Amino acid sequence: MKNFLVRFVPPTLVLIVGLAAWEIFVRRNAIPVYILPGPVAIVQALVRDWATLYPSLLVTLAITAGALAAATILGVAIAVLFAQSKWVELSFFPYAVILQVTPVVAIAPLIIIWVKDTAAALLICAWIVSFFPIVSNTTLGLNSTDHNLLNLLQLYGANRRQVFWYLRLPSALPFFLGGLRISGGLALIGAVVAEFVAGSGGIQSGLAYRILEAGYQLQIPRMFAALFMITGTGILIFILLTLVTHLALRRWHESAMKREG
Amino acid sequence: MREGGAPALVALRGVEKVYSNGVQALKGLDLTIREGEFVSLLGPSGCGKSTVLRLIAGLGELSGGTLEWSSVRHEIGFVFQDPTLMPWATVFNNIYLPLRVRGVPRAQAAPRVERAMQQVGLAGFGKAYPRELSGGMRMRASIARSLVAEPKILLMDEPFAALDEITRFRLNDDLLELWASQRWTVVFVTHSVFESVYLSTRILVMGARPGSVRSEVMLEARRDASFRNSAEYAEQCRTVSARLAEAMQA
Repeated sequence: MKNFLVRFVPPTLVLIVGLAAWEIFVRRNAIPVYILPGPVAIVQALVRDWATLYPSLLVTLAITAGALAAATILGVAIAVLFAQSKWVELSFFPYAVILQVTPVVAIAPLIIIWVKDTAAALLICAWIVSFFPIVSNTTLGLNSTDHNLLNLLQLYGANRRQVFWYLRLPSALPFFLGGLRISGGLALIGAVVAEFVAGSGGIQSGLAYRILEAGYQLQIPRMFAALFMITGTGILIFILLTLVTHLALRRWHESAMKREG
Repeated sequence: MREGGAPALVALRGVEKVYSNGVQALKGLDLTIREGEFVSLLGPSGCGKSTVLRLIAGLGELSGGTLEWSSVRHEIGFVFQDPTLMPWATVFNNIYLPLRVRGVPRAQAAPRVERAMQQVGLAGFGKAYPRELSGGMRMRASIARSLVAEPKILLMDEPFAALDEITRFRLNDDLLELWASQRWTVVFVTHSVFESVYLSTRILVMGARPGSVRSEVMLEARRDASFRNSAEYAEQCRTVSARLAEAMQA
């Protein structure tokens, strides 16, 4: 409980003070809402436009979740493949890097042209942005198994499959979870960026499209409201994945241990 | 039991080991381990004593010479300097590992794991994680893991070097008790003269550059708590220290 208070009270105080200062600043200087709305105006917009914003949130969320799931499954699968042989890793790792360093904004238009289904195209874009941390971390983890434990299993006559399941996979878990936490945020960013590029209207529109739309209509408070929803979603994803990490590692990994003074 | 009469378990003849980086770890190494012995390999660091142990275990290839077992290769237990436990697994699951690799179902293995834990004084700690144990208890878990596979020969690579003296003495006594009751053959690597004299029936003193056995000291197997304080023990430690000094000069 004390831990919880220490963790959440200071940032919450900062938030409250910051929002208050913002509101006061906007009112004092009589800044028009179409330049910078105050928090109150943004909350009003959020409530008023909830009926359009909420379905958009679900669209963005679905793409993010789908991309993260694909990044996890394919990322781990690729890492396992890399871990099977040094040659496979050396041959294909550079291409994973190339996919990672190419800005998604630059390839998103191509993908949107090639893939007919917009949702699938967005999913692919978000996946490209988010899969790399999982691949690189999990590969590192699979290759970081304690050598003496490997020797021990060899001594007991374990086969490759047993070494993999009993030793390499569990010792890669903290590395994988570290990658997953980064990928969670990146999946959301990838989804939003791809939505911006796609800019598609209609019922399948995510939050990024709502921001664009509100911009055209000079509905700046609604723009902020959508922006806050994206940020809130990102924070929520981070908290959720941190919780998962903590639950998985709390009994044995240094990172989840409290340091006793 | 006098070692002279016991049959040889494993014999190394003219063994040579050159690592891939060109370091010659061993050259012209001869040694025979007989059944039921407690042999210590004593020497300064870098004399290749751990390398000998790894070669006996079959971890690594010989660069020259021969290594022969008396019959079919025996079940080997190996205890490293670190406990080398899986941090993500409970003590029970760590000790269960050798049996799990062999495909023994959990339910069938449970009594054997429990017995091994009892033998090393870890009864009731099955659900604990390695992190939650002290250094000495982790080492006990490591010994229990090698016990559970019922090895014929136990190879120990400076297993107690990282422990405090009080814990080390207690583990020394417990190890001797297990050795007597399990009828093991033990090959024990150490750089401590006192530890080797206390534990062994035979000490092989090794020298470095290149590593080989320089001399051999036979000891009476007669151990109890009073032995540590006896004049005999002090005398034997003096003898072995002198031999070690010779080996390091040569």
